[in-house]
Amino acid sequence: MTDKIPSNNPLPNKERAKLPRQRVPEQDAQVRAHNFCEVNLGFPAEQARQESLRCIECPKPGCVTKCPVSVNVRAVIDLILAGDYLGAASKVREDNALPAITGRVCPVEDQCESGCVLGKKGEPVGIAYLERFVADWERETGQFGSPVSAPATGKKVGLIGSGPASLACAGDLIQMGHQVHVFEALHELGGVLVYGIPEFRLPKDIVRHEIEVLRRRGVVFETNVVVGKTVTIDELMQEEGFNAIFVATGAGLPKFLKVPGEHFNGVYSANEFLTRVNLMRAYLFPQYDEPLYPCKDRDVIVVGGGNTAMDAVRSALRLGAKSASIYYRRTEKEMPARVEEVHHAKDEGVHFEMLVNPVEFFGDEKGNLTSVKCIRQELGEPDDSGRRSPVPIKGSEFVVPCSVAIIAAGTSANPLIQSTTPGLAVTKRGYISASDDTLATSKPGVFAGGDIVTGGATVILAMGAGRKAAKSINAYLMGAPKESVQEQTGTAVSAD
Amino acid sequence: MFEIVEARPLARGIKLFVIKAPRIARKQRPGQFVIVRLDECGERIPLTIADANPKAGTVTIVVQAIGKTTMLLSMLEAGDSILDVVGPLGKPSEIEKFGTTVVVSGSVGTAMAYPTARELKRAGNKVISIVGARSKDLLVLEDEVRAVSDETYVVTDDGSYGQKGLVTDKLKELVDAGGVNYVLAIGPVPMMRAVANLTGPKQIKTIVSLNSIMVDGTGMCGGCRVLVNNSSQFACVDGPDFDATQVNFEVLTQRNNMYREQERASIERLQADPEAELKKLRESNRAHACALETAEVSHD
Repeated sequence: MTDKIPSNNPLPNKERAKLPRQRVPEQDAQVRAHNFCEVNLGFPAEQARQESLRCIECPKPGCVTKCPVSVNVRAVIDLILAGDYLGAASKVREDNALPAITGRVCPVEDQCESGCVLGKKGEPVGIAYLERFVADWERETGQFGSPVSAPATGKKVGLIGSGPASLACAGDLIQMGHQVHVFEALHELGGVLVYGIPEFRLPKDIVRHEIEVLRRRGVVFETNVVVGKTVTIDELMQEEGFNAIFVATGAGLPKFLKVPGEHFNGVYSANEFLTRVNLMRAYLFPQYDEPLYPCKDRDVIVVGGGNTAMDAVRSALRLGAKSASIYYRRTEKEMPARVEEVHHAKDEGVHFEMLVNPVEFFGDEKGNLTSVKCIRQELGEPDDSGRRSPVPIKGSEFVVPCSVAIIAAGTSANPLIQSTTPGLAVTKRGYISASDDTLATSKPGVFAGGDIVTGGATVILAMGAGRKAAKSINAYLMGAPKESVQEQTGTAVSAD
Repeated sequence: MFEIVEARPLARGIKLFVIKAPRIARKQRPGQFVIVRLDECGERIPLTIADANPKAGTVTIVVQAIGKTTMLLSMLEAGDSILDVVGPLGKPSEIEKFGTTVVVSGSVGTAMAYPTARELKRAGNKVISIVGARSKDLLVLEDEVRAVSDETYVVTDDGSYGQKGLVTDKLKELVDAGGVNYVLAIGPVPMMRAVANLTGPKQIKTIVSLNSIMVDGTGMCGGCRVLVNNSSQFACVDGPDFDATQVNFEVLTQRNNMYREQERASIERLQADPEAELKKLRESNRAHACALETAEVSHD
């Protein structure tokens, strides 16, 4: 499909591969470790052009197949070379409703950039930086690269949650001509993009802008609605006229370590710590009212090795922690965090302690955390996830002082929707059961995707689920041939 | 944006608000709570729903001005708005036919106990209410409680009204007389702990409603965790009602003191110029209302 685009790249392929990958400008590590401003500054136009010149325009681009939402990267790059940045932005938006966000938070080394041929011998094209460039250009110039919507269908779809899965789904459904109504439990829209990911990695203004774009395209947003409590799915469908529902409520309940002393003041779940800092802007206390247990001039440890752990530890550093450390039970190789975040954290002075696990927290007479006892571990046999499981080394316990401990050990399913929606099947671990192909649940007209189906994953995977759901919701609403729907879902989904 | 349709003082430092919130009014059950955020810079705090009128689409909350947010909220009047109100959250109180029930409440807790007392009565229980306050001018909703109770006892610490003493003095009399099947206690932590210590050894089912520090109120953050039967429970989704004899009140008190210094600083800032803070809230919410209107117009 991309073969026929006339190329705007003047260089022969041999020359292109010789060009070095452009380095994205960053805030200096020593400076940024003390502020909440964005770390990556993004490409200026000339650098975006230089980087685009490196693309060798593969006939079968691996970058597209490796992208969970199949962004037509080759076409986007060609539009950048033509100088049509707005065109490039709308080209991205055909497949990706949130380019300014994914350009910042996608684990590209496992996705588009891992599919780039240049990466086999040298460094891949900086696809995320280019995506971010066109989206930022669109926003900063006050323009709006909107694809054209289909005629109105008169069908109404309710999306539960306003995180990446839901926003991606909303973008596609509105384009297909459906009415889209998004319900959010918190007071601010964006889900994990606003409560989880910190300002220095994803400025909130950018999330707000992407949502504003959707609003302008006709999506209706309603905050302060906890579906399952404020209103149920059955009520939405039977009394409020929704023809279909997409449940994308996210990961849910924080997991604690279940070790003694986790109730001491100063022990946080990463969810709470990040929600206070990001959503409630506790780093701006007292200008904002929400308090945070003080990190300034104190020792902070973060338990975990994922992106959430990196976000928490780098936030603690910016709040003035005397020391900010990652305690991870495996080795750096097994850490699920994006490579760039780990590098950034190291540059900023985060200390990494590998193969350790807390076994008990200690506090003073007021119940304030004072120290943690850990045990050293070694890697044993691979577990279900294919990662080698850590085994404690007997007698290796040690105690370190700390005033704040943040547990980023993952999440479990929030049962709110499942327990209030009759006929909605759940998995053994309490997540919502949905067909891999269509994301249809056991309840007709109800679809589900993102972390509430898969457990904690990434922004772009959630967006991929949102797009998949939009496609099957459209088929469901528009009465796709019955046999094909049944074939896809394997469940009795009516196509009325 | 949630409009305040009625605001009236009930007692010294305690004020009742009727707020337009149709979705919440329709769904709420006794024992549930809302989380409010006053304005753009506000913190999120849980407040128990004291009453609701589904037809009018309103919920009632009763607020004691003890922290920055509750003090600022208490300055609001009918016609003002609260930026965010979300709910109903938490599990509703368990309403069953227990037999003879005693509802013990302290201070502003009376407003929270009242709807549950009413439902207990409707379910066919004998309801004995013990209403406590430090002094007469802190007593709220006495008439409402009397109207739904078979017997009502008022107790004040200083003896300025009703019987002088503690609610547990009266409760002890009733328990010792025998025949009490169920006790609900809502009020300050020391009061709830004292009730638990009294009824626990007698094997009387006793429920307390815990008001721990919360952020989202949907189970996402775990900040409200309390030790119940030595395991972590989230007050927002597993509660707020818990079996009193299982609750670790010491940990509850300790966690409720976690932000004491910041709270004190916030109160001092508010008290330095309360009028300016009130003006800031009103202007911020007015700007929000305008932005919402613009967004709605652009849809048409």
